[in-house]
Amino acid sequence: MATEFHNLQELRHSASLANKVFIQRDYTDGTVCKFQTKFPSELESRIERTLFEDTVKMLNNYYAEAEKIGGQSYLEGCLACLTIYLIFLCIETRYEKVLKKISRYIQEQNEKVYAPRGLLITDPIERGMRVIEISVYEDRGSSGSSSGSSTTSSGR
Amino acid sequence: MITRKVTRKWEKLPGKNTFCCDGRVMMARQKGVFYLTLFLIIGTCSLFFAFECPYLAVHLSPAIPVFAVLLFVFVMAMLLRTSFSDPGVLPRALPEEANFIEMEIEAANGNVLAGQRPPPRIKNVQINNQIVKLKYCYTCKIFRPPRASHCSICDNCVDRFDHHCPWVGNCVGKRNYRYFYLFTLSLSLLTIYIFAFDIVHVVLREYRNFFEHVVSLTPHCTVLEVLVCFFTLWSVVGLTGFHTYLISLNQTTNEDIKGSWSGKNRVQNPYSHKNIIENCCEVLCGPTYPSVLDRRGVMLEDSTSPTSSDASAASTHKSSNPVSQTTKSSAPLIPNEHTPDEAKPSIGAGTQKSTSSPKEEKPPSPTSPNAVAPAVIKESAH
Repeated sequence: MATEFHNLQELRHSASLANKVFIQRDYTDGTVCKFQTKFPSELESRIERTLFEDTVKMLNNYYAEAEKIGGQSYLEGCLACLTIYLIFLCIETRYEKVLKKISRYIQEQNEKVYAPRGLLITDPIERGMRVIEISVYEDRGSSGSSSGSSTTSSGR
Repeated sequence: MITRKVTRKWEKLPGKNTFCCDGRVMMARQKGVFYLTLFLIIGTCSLFFAFECPYLAVHLSPAIPVFAVLLFVFVMAMLLRTSFSDPGVLPRALPEEANFIEMEIEAANGNVLAGQRPPPRIKNVQINNQIVKLKYCYTCKIFRPPRASHCSICDNCVDRFDHHCPWVGNCVGKRNYRYFYLFTLSLSLLTIYIFAFDIVHVVLREYRNFFEHVVSLTPHCTVLEVLVCFFTLWSVVGLTGFHTYLISLNQTTNEDIKGSWSGKNRVQNPYSHKNIIENCCEVLCGPTYPSVLDRRGVMLEDSTSPTSSDASAASTHKSSNPVSQTTKSSAPLIPNEHTPDEAKPSIGAGTQKSTSSPKEEKPPSPTSPNAVAPAVIKESAH
């Protein structure tokens, strides 16, 4: 496996952006936030399918947890209503807590899994929760084509 | 040391919103009717507190003005929360995403012969065993999520778009629908309350004697309050009833007006839980969705350290700008029958509205067949 990209900083400095892949939302269960786990063809040579699917499934689980309608969300809603929603100045909503967890998870995944493979995941909240944007980087020193993501000379 | 004023993201947001308090407050551009709403509520309540409450507190119970104050505070809080919050605006697609979608559309359409119109930009998704069509928004360059719609007044796509309400000076969407509902509900209660106690006041003071004191202000204020409340009652209570109906069916005003689930195409509402309690709970007690706009994030002017944005995303955004042009040619916007004429020339002109169904962008309160036909008259007769 190539070790050109040891960490995120090195990725940014020594690599150039070649392509971006967008993982779209999966609406089969309604309007809940869920992303498609279909493996995009552009990433076939960059990352193993299982790793990618695990990441997306984990993100979907986090979002499902945030949007779960149950006892805790009712309690939060009623309590907030009674305090005319001023309580949100003091405490964080459950959704915001889960978003922080998601942000940490994405950071960790980027460091451990994606950056070593020349990829970078953007938190969906930065894109309006519409897509998971995966940036595909090429090593700047590589003489391979800059548009394709499949023929990097910085092989694994 | 050069002190530079930071540019926050709200300053560069497209769309026709106005922002106050350095991005903390977000409203539509036209706020005149909102000021009228404020004036009517505060004015009527002030008259009530000044002229009715002293008498009622002494002769009936001091709890009456106390409860009125609580109700008034709740109404104002809900109104301000509805008016000042982000209704659930979907940010426009950045160029790379827009290009990616264009390429997908081109691939899906295949070869279109010259002179032939390309097919309309619609994506079919299956939601709970119903086929729902997602339309493409030419202004925002995205396929709108289900239940989202583009508001032409604010020039934004809004998630779970209900309607644009001039009375609150904002769109009503996923994030502020419950506040809007609580506002109409509490305003109905407040109106009924003031109306009832005005009548009680007149009766207590003995009808005949009451109006003899023409020199004092009290009878005139009472009459004014009764008039305002009378006309408000019909409109606001009607509106509350209409929205209660919509909530029990898990529908939006927009869907109701367009007749999306009226059954003539045998398409049932795929979002409804088929249970009134569950529908109400989802709409009113669901999770509080965060804003995806990041209005107060700091725009990165140069390579100084990023602040509130996620560090990796920020640098991706920065580094993508110079490089994206070399890797992907910008696909020309494919004109089709749904493209408004002015949208044809360029991909970059982000000011066009999707005109695939003009009705959906101007969902006024009036034309609903159900209850609130006088909705426009509603508060205009205050």
